[in-house]
This record gives sequence, C-alpha cells and structure tokens, in this order.
Amino acid sequence: MPKYLLLKHYRGAPAAVNDVPMDQWTPEEVSAHVRYMEDFGARLESTGEFVEHKALSPEGTFVRYGGEGRPPVTDGPFAETKDLIAGWTIIDVETYERALELAAELSAAPGAGGKPIHEWLEIRPFLTVPPTITE
Amino acid sequence: MDEALLRTLTPTVISVLVRRGADFATAEDAVQDALVEAVRVWPDNPPRDAKGWLVTVAWRKVLDAIRAETARRDREVRVESEPAPGPGEAVDDTLQLYFLCAHPSLTPAAAVALTLRAVGGLTTRQIAQAYLVPEATMAQRISRAKRTISDVRFTRHGDVATVLRVLYLVFNEGYGGDIDVAAEAIRLTRQLAGLTHHEEVAGLLALMLLHHARRAARTGPDGRLVPLAEQDRGRWDTRLITEGVDVLQAALARDRLGEYQAQAAIAALHADARTAEETDWVQIVEWYDELVRLTDSPVARLNRAVAVGEADGARAGLVALAELDPALPRHTAVAAYLHERDGDPVTAARLYAEAARAAASLAEREHLTRQAARLNAQLRAR
Repeated sequence: MPKYLLLKHYRGAPAAVNDVPMDQWTPEEVSAHVRYMEDFGARLESTGEFVEHKALSPEGTFVRYGGEGRPPVTDGPFAETKDLIAGWTIIDVETYERALELAAELSAAPGAGGKPIHEWLEIRPFLTVPPTITE
Repeated sequence: MDEALLRTLTPTVISVLVRRGADFATAEDAVQDALVEAVRVWPDNPPRDAKGWLVTVAWRKVLDAIRAETARRDREVRVESEPAPGPGEAVDDTLQLYFLCAHPSLTPAAAVALTLRAVGGLTTRQIAQAYLVPEATMAQRISRAKRTISDVRFTRHGDVATVLRVLYLVFNEGYGGDIDVAAEAIRLTRQLAGLTHHEEVAGLLALMLLHHARRAARTGPDGRLVPLAEQDRGRWDTRLITEGVDVLQAALARDRLGEYQAQAAIAALHADARTAEETDWVQIVEWYDELVRLTDSPVARLNRAVAVGEADGARAGLVALAELDPALPRHTAVAAYLHERDGDPVTAARLYAEAARAAASLAEREHLTRQAARLNAQLRAR
C-alpha cells in the first residue's frame, strides 16, 4: 500500500476559498474545527489508514555547517520565505484516488461561518522499497 | 521455545475451533491470545503436545468470549463446553483458511494482513512493523477485514489465483522489522503447495525460491542496489536454486502453463547462467512472449523489451519499447539503458536523470542517479 504525505502550509499554498484567519473566527467555530480534525484522525484509524499526524510551530531558523571546529551557522527566521509548513498527516491507502479523497475530506474542515475552508493541501507520495521481482 | 512451530500450528488450531462451532473472527482472536500465552508459559513449562495445549487454551478463550457476549446481550445461550471434534479433514481446513483470508471482497492490503495473522500466525505488532504503520492502525485493518468476511461460509472453496496474488504481494513488498517477510511468504506458499497440487502454486513457490536465492547478491555492502548483470553469482544460494528448479520442472511437466510458472522459468534461466554473458536471452524472450500471451501485462511487455535488447541488439529493444506507453513505471529507465547500449550516452544520461526523478524507491533513485553521473563523467572526459 502506498503512503502519502498530506502537507498543510501556513504560507505558500494558493489561497483557500474560505480564507479568514483563525483568530477572526468565533470560539465555537474554532472548537468545531478542532473537533472535525480529531474526528478525521479517528476515522482514519478505524479504517486502518492512519500513520501519523504532526503539527509544526511556525517559528523556524535556518542552520548550516560552519566548518571544522566551528559552531553551526544560523540565520533567519525569514518573514518573506515563501513556503512555511504547518503540519502533516501521513496516510497508508490502497490507491492515489483514495489519497485524494481523504485530502479533500481534510480540506473540508469547517472555518469561519462554519463553512468548509477549502484549504489547498499538498499531497506527496513517499518513496518505497524496491520490489523484489523486477524482471 | 520454537516460535516457528507455534506459527505453523496457527491455521490448524483456528480450523479446529471453527469446526467446533466458533465463528472465524472469534476463533482467530482466541488463537492469537493463546499464542501470546504460549510465548509466556512454554519456556518454563513446555507442553508435551503443543497443538493440544493450544486448542485447549484457545477453546477456553472462545468460551470466555461467548460467555462475555452472552452476558452482554443478557440472554441465555447454551454453550457446549466439551463438544466432540466435528467432521472434516485438517488439511482441507487449512486450505479453506487461505481462501477465506484472500477472499475477493477484501482489499489487497487487508488480505495480506489477515493472511499473515490467521495463516502465518504473526502478531499484529509484527505485521504493523513490516508495513510501517502504527499497531493500532493494523489492528483496525485486521478487524475490518474480519468483519468484511464474517458472512462468508468457511466451507466454500475459493479461487487459488486470489490466494497466489496475496502471497506474491507478501513476498514482493514489505519492509521487515522483526520478521523476514519474504521468508514468511515462502513458508506460506510452501505449505500451500503441500495442500493443493495446483501447478501455479508450484510456479509461485519456484519463482520465490529462485529470487530469494539471489538475495545476498542483490544489495551491496553499502545497501546499494546491484543489478542482475553485476551481481556476484557466487553469492547466489545454490540450494534454493536447485529446489526452485526442481519444483518448477515438476510443475511444467504437467503442461498447464500459468503466469507464475512463466516468470519462474525466466528466473531459472538467469539462475542457470554462470556469468551474465552466458544468459540465454533468446529463450528468455520466448518466455516473455508466453507471459505476455498469458497476462497481457504492460510490465511483462516492458521487461520483454529489455530481453529483446539483449537477444537481438539494443536497436530491436528500442523498437519493442516504442510500442509501449511511456507513462509505464520504469519505462524511462529501460529507455536509458537501451540508448546507452545503442551507443548514445548523451540521450542515456538525460533519460537516466529523468528516470531517477520519477523513481518510486530511494534505492532505485540512487542507482539511476549513479548511472547518469557515470555517463556524464565519461562525457566530460571526452
């Protein structure tokens, strides 16, 4: 079964249909959103398709090797960086079509006014191990 | 404590419980519980009769489950605590389990998981590790699979082809963890071959043995993929090859060819060549023709193009390749290989790099990237 990463962006994805920042929602709308996400995760587990769900802090720093005996060099955070990943869900499904279906379901999480956000999610296949029989 | 023995007893014990009247899902759970208990108890207190012990303990668990269920429903159900063993042959029952676990109503992933648990006797945790998912996810996958087949009659014979597809998947995909998934697939196929005389079961067993024989030579010390032509054939397991060839020849002699026998025949021809140069590519092309006739599979056609390239020259291989859909997985990698053989390193290098970007596995990507890098370095040195 192929595994897919459903990637959620703070920045860098095209604008959602219902594109209102979360802090402008009512508290009930925030709760409804969180509940939807929890239910989605539970549903995935019950269908045997759940692998992992993780969220990232928006704060990040770039770092690189500074040379022999020197400390690592850090830079940023850069407010203008195009891509900012918010978190991911990893699923293990039968087909690509099923992965799209689940991503769409995740994107339908309710936002402002209780309406679906229609958020753009990036979907990426994982590299696998090569099959034994190839000839 | 012999865990392998425990595992081989799993389907028999499930069958005994089902014959005594337990439903499959309950029996399967009970045997898993009994296996766990065996692992705990046996080291200090080994039973004289392993199977008898498992049946007794698992049957007690079935009764517990039925009583709990009865209590929950709050109604009286009379439970026979010591029923006489029902009719039926144990051999046939194990065969039924294979059919049930590969039932066509199950998705491939569900059938694989259920087969490994109910026929293979592996734990949910081991199966989860082999497929890199959390244990809870695998547990759900297995219980859903059991619900899906809860109405299937245990006595109904199925189609051997569905079972073979599941076993092929177990052999060909899986990451490992605690258990050797490929070896487990061979064990289950070998056991199946003892239960039925279907030629294709023998064909699949031969195919697995012949590929498993190359396992040590397939990856380099750094984990890199070593292509067939570059493998150290001294590291091939001759015992497995001999067994694979014997099994295959016995199957072919019955003159009912199928896709697994054809694939095994190709693997046997590779095994037969002491060096890559000695490979009988003409015969291999003929087997691919059979395989294409039997399956009409695009993957078989792609592999046939490679074989044609070896038998009749790279140009002929490219002609065969030109008839195929370029969107096929590995199509670009094959094109790169044939173009290099055809004396066009510039095109080959470009295609290798392109194929690397499209590779489905890390090992393949690294292999293809290395090929592109090798050609580019040669081109720069000109």
